[in-house]
Amino acid sequence: MNIQPENAKNRPFFDVSTMLGRSMRHIFRSLDTIITVTIMPIAFMLLFVYVFGGAIRTGTDNYVNYLLPGILLIAIGTGMSYTAARLFADKQGGLFERFRSMPIAPSSLLWGHVLTSLVSNAISLIVILLAALLIGFRSPAGLLAWLAVVGILALFTLSLTWIAVIAGLSANSIDGAAAFSYPIIFLPFISSAFVPTASMPGPVRAFAENQPVTSIVETIRALLAGQPAGTEIWTALAWCLGILVVAYWLAMRVYKRQTA
Amino acid sequence: MPKNETAITVKGLRKSYRNVPVLQEVDFEVEKGTVFALLGANGAGKTTIVKILATLLKPDGGSAFVNGFDAALQPDGVRRSISLTGQFAAVDEVLTGRENLILIAKLRHLDNPRAIADDLLNAFGLTEAGGRRVSTYSGGMRRRLDIAMSLTGSPAIVFLDEPTTGLDPEARLEVWKLVKQLAESGTTVFLTTQYLEEAEQLADRIAILHQGRIIADGTLTQLKSLFPPAKVEYIEKQPTLEDIFLSVIAQKEER
Ligand SMILES: Nc1ncnc2c1ncn2[C@@H]1O[C@H](COP(=O)(O)OP(=O)(O)OP(=O)(O)O)[C@@H](O)[C@H]1O
Ligand SMILES: [Mg+2]
Repeated sequence: MNIQPENAKNRPFFDVSTMLGRSMRHIFRSLDTIITVTIMPIAFMLLFVYVFGGAIRTGTDNYVNYLLPGILLIAIGTGMSYTAARLFADKQGGLFERFRSMPIAPSSLLWGHVLTSLVSNAISLIVILLAALLIGFRSPAGLLAWLAVVGILALFTLSLTWIAVIAGLSANSIDGAAAFSYPIIFLPFISSAFVPTASMPGPVRAFAENQPVTSIVETIRALLAGQPAGTEIWTALAWCLGILVVAYWLAMRVYKRQTA
Repeated sequence: MPKNETAITVKGLRKSYRNVPVLQEVDFEVEKGTVFALLGANGAGKTTIVKILATLLKPDGGSAFVNGFDAALQPDGVRRSISLTGQFAAVDEVLTGRENLILIAKLRHLDNPRAIADDLLNAFGLTEAGGRRVSTYSGGMRRRLDIAMSLTGSPAIVFLDEPTTGLDPEARLEVWKLVKQLAESGTTVFLTTQYLEEAEQLADRIAILHQGRIIADGTLTQLKSLFPPAKVEYIEKQPTLEDIFLSVIAQKEER
């Protein structure tokens, strides 16, 4: 019958990795998660390439190359609903309270979910990339450009994940927790992800050119094409970091408020 | 600071949800190594008290000390001293029973989490089910696993919020046996219940929570003495805790 020693709580990395191991088990035991997250973006990709593609003028000869960045962002958006749903399930099922009453850093709970989101999205993106290669995606990009693409995708995932944390913590139902991701999945459609913005009517075009997805899509597209990303990369980074900081701050506020 | 022999000291505890007061001036003490039962009807505020003591909720006023630590100001100290078994089983449905126990053992930074998990599965009669996903467990098995998870690492003070609600009589007896074993091993047990019989069976000390206050607090014998002496009729009837409960509430409401 003892008190746990004081130093027991000073192992946040160990705790986060324990939590990560737990939710990765969840993912591998419900493989349908990965399938659902990848099937829809792949279906969009096939639809746009083989059905609409012929009618879309993008000024490139390989439409898969043009399309892929937007498809990846849609996949990340879809993955978010699962992140939010997993968090909500923990909160609803009482595991949250069990963990919070234990001598572990409160943030390791959230970080476990956040890392899970990063890892599972990375898996989905690799599956989609393989599918894209099968239907003709090719890239001359070098290692550095690929690293930059991975970095931007990871940063985008991280910032959306913290929005998912807010949704998961404050939702009243599992559907509500998942529904927040719909607008995020929709954003790439009103961007330069599928067609150049120049073809859009004035106000739509103005929105499309000034929302985060366009700069991220343009950056990734340029990097994958082996071209310089220009100033778009800074706009993209600014959007991702801005969203990350605001979402993280809000998520922590919501989390603290629920403890009071 | 509270005395050394007290495991829990609560003074003047207040808590409202929005403007609805749930706890108004709650006072009680729990001695180390004893079983304390908090009795109250639905919505009396039992879970609210447990959550405050387990550092999940901040009180609006008053103080709560657990194992000498202030629940509001030194949550880490409290968390190192306690374990919580909430009103609804908090188990991971996707993991197996064994994996659930290993998870908790790891989070408590214990050596040999696997061996600890196997010992607990054995002690709780879950060895056979240990490799199965918890989603296939019955309510009684789930509750046993839930309690086993809470006992991982032998915390000094164990909170059990309505541990037997929703269990069949057999499963209830099993939980009672567990609580008795815990008490024998020197663990302080704080349990809440709506069943007077449960408090009568298990507790060294019983407190009744009603309308935001502790309206009676003492050993079973002391509580029985609160009840008007048995009337001499054809049969002398010993008051049960249920009679005491109802009569105490009636007296309070007359005032
Ligand atoms: N988060 C909350 N927001 C608003 N009211 C709440 C909240 N939690 C509890 N309450 C109210 O506080 C009162 C006490 O709730 P509590 O859960 O502590 O009661 P209890 O004694 O545990 O009841 P039960 O026996 O049903 O578990 C109830 O009236 C409940 O509706
Ligand atoms: Mg309750």
